[in-house]
Amino acid sequence: MVAATTRPPAAGARPRSRSALRLLVLLVILAVVLYPLVWMLGTSVKSQQEIASNIGLLPERFTPGNYTEGWRNFDVSFGRFFLNSAMVSLLTVLGNAVSCLLAAYAFARLRFRLRGVWFAVMIGTLLLPGHVLIVPQYILFRSLGLVGGEWPYLPLLVPQFLATEAFFVFLMVQFMRGIPRELDEAAKIDGATAFGIFRHVILPLSRPALVTTAIFSFIWTWNDFFRQLVFLSDLEDYTVPVALTLFIDSTSQSAVGPMFAMSVLSLLPVFGFFVAFQRMLVEGINTSGLKG
Amino acid sequence: MALTTAPDPTRRGPGSVRPRANRRGPGRSRHGDGLAGYVFLSPWLIGLMAVTAIPMLLSLYLSFTNYDILTPWSEVEWVGLANYERMFTADPSWWHSVRVTLTFALVAVPLKLAAALGVALLLNRAWRGVGVFRGLFYLPSLLGGSVALAIVWVNMFNRDGAVNSFLALFGVTGKPWVNDPDWALETLMVLAIWQFGAPMVIFLAGLKQVPTELYEAAAVDGAGRWRQFVNVTLPMLSPVIFFNLVLETINGFQGFTAAFVLSNGTGGPVDSTLMYTLNLYITGFTDLEMGYASAMAWVFLVAVAVITVIFFSTGRFWVHYSDGEDR
Repeated sequence: MVAATTRPPAAGARPRSRSALRLLVLLVILAVVLYPLVWMLGTSVKSQQEIASNIGLLPERFTPGNYTEGWRNFDVSFGRFFLNSAMVSLLTVLGNAVSCLLAAYAFARLRFRLRGVWFAVMIGTLLLPGHVLIVPQYILFRSLGLVGGEWPYLPLLVPQFLATEAFFVFLMVQFMRGIPRELDEAAKIDGATAFGIFRHVILPLSRPALVTTAIFSFIWTWNDFFRQLVFLSDLEDYTVPVALTLFIDSTSQSAVGPMFAMSVLSLLPVFGFFVAFQRMLVEGINTSGLKG
Repeated sequence: MALTTAPDPTRRGPGSVRPRANRRGPGRSRHGDGLAGYVFLSPWLIGLMAVTAIPMLLSLYLSFTNYDILTPWSEVEWVGLANYERMFTADPSWWHSVRVTLTFALVAVPLKLAAALGVALLLNRAWRGVGVFRGLFYLPSLLGGSVALAIVWVNMFNRDGAVNSFLALFGVTGKPWVNDPDWALETLMVLAIWQFGAPMVIFLAGLKQVPTELYEAAAVDGAGRWRQFVNVTLPMLSPVIFFNLVLETINGFQGFTAAFVLSNGTGGPVDSTLMYTLNLYITGFTDLEMGYASAMAWVFLVAVAVITVIFFSTGRFWVHYSDGEDR
């Protein structure tokens, strides 16, 4: 726009054609970006023969049977896998919200010995690749009898209740720093303790940060594969991502339709969050550069 | 409401809203809420010890042993530097995984960031459709890391996949890309680039911070669009570019899911998708060589740390911080 003003008047029609061109380019990029998703949806309702022969996006004959077939494809129904995934994800949300909030309050508001040191350590763990710790964590959890134990999800959940997801601690610290300190001071004058200030000032005002944390931690856990692959070994304990990889083992082409159907279903919760909280998610990754 | 109150580190200096905390020093922090501080911090501290620090030390110890999960602890042998020696001198597949990982990061990360920046520039105008485009471009970043999407991707680049169907329209006979050692990794790179939405959103936020006066001044000086981009946009955006570069590179090194799905957990075809983390997983949990896998993990950790330090020390030569930014 700015550059256009410096051009001779003859180029007056330019901004319009330029914005039309920009829109065209954006639409082409959008088509490329959305193609895999639409293709996935289309393939999930194609019959076995059509998957091999029909190159179009949409099926000639709508075949919803892939969904029931996929649902019952293994000895354990996909419903169970979905329940397992939902339980792990929701408990992770709870764990992260509570434990990260407590840690963030300490970092953002309380004064205590070595705070600076601990804060630096926390920042250091932000960039620590999770894969580095998986072997010793597995060994430790196994020696405690938690791997494949009574309730095999403990190795997945225990860390989440101990504020190990430093991203969320950092996000909440940044957020709490924006809450006016005068509110703390006023509460203190009224005789509130550190816990009282947390309960009556910080907790209610931190709701936006809590919601962001909840949404991201649900999506990340729902999509997570590495840790669930390592720690879950019995079919009936499997979560959705681990169960989906079972389809790959069966090399026959016949499973493609059901496999796609279950893939579509597995993405629905994330897609739902996207539709409901789209703006918040987009704003959310700006807050601390969180990854989707 | 929730949106506007979200914190934004680019706008808020570390001490600007809490004047009293600014003057805190090691001596001052001694009194105050000492006990309460540690009460609130305790879950994090326990987590730091039990989930991070102790496993790290254990893994360091294991890296000097031949530990596999099957033999009892009493029979574990100290093997000194043997694991590291084997890695560097006698394990071609380790070197191979290093090459695969570096290739992946060196190609996919710059292309992903270029796509992100390019699209962000296209979207950096106030018009009605921006929100919709921004949201839809961001969608792959939410879905792309999942097993489900990796499955779709592999099938799309398969013999009968959508990519070959598309090529057939132009009379080009494709190949089963995912089964071809020369092309399998490239399909994973395309998957990574497809998820350009997350860095794009960060770029968009950065672009909004560039003062329009700078463009006006440049235009007065006769700078065209390209000169404005090179001399105004890029320097002003350099902190955000730097941030995205560090984050995406470290993430790129850790690519696991798609490589696992493509190769069914083997790193194939012919080790062409043997990402470092996949190799580590196979060594530790398929071959059960946990001592050796621990050594691999430590080398990975040191490599990531060194690369991060290199980024930060070279950053000062090209990252331009105007005041008010604290990244």
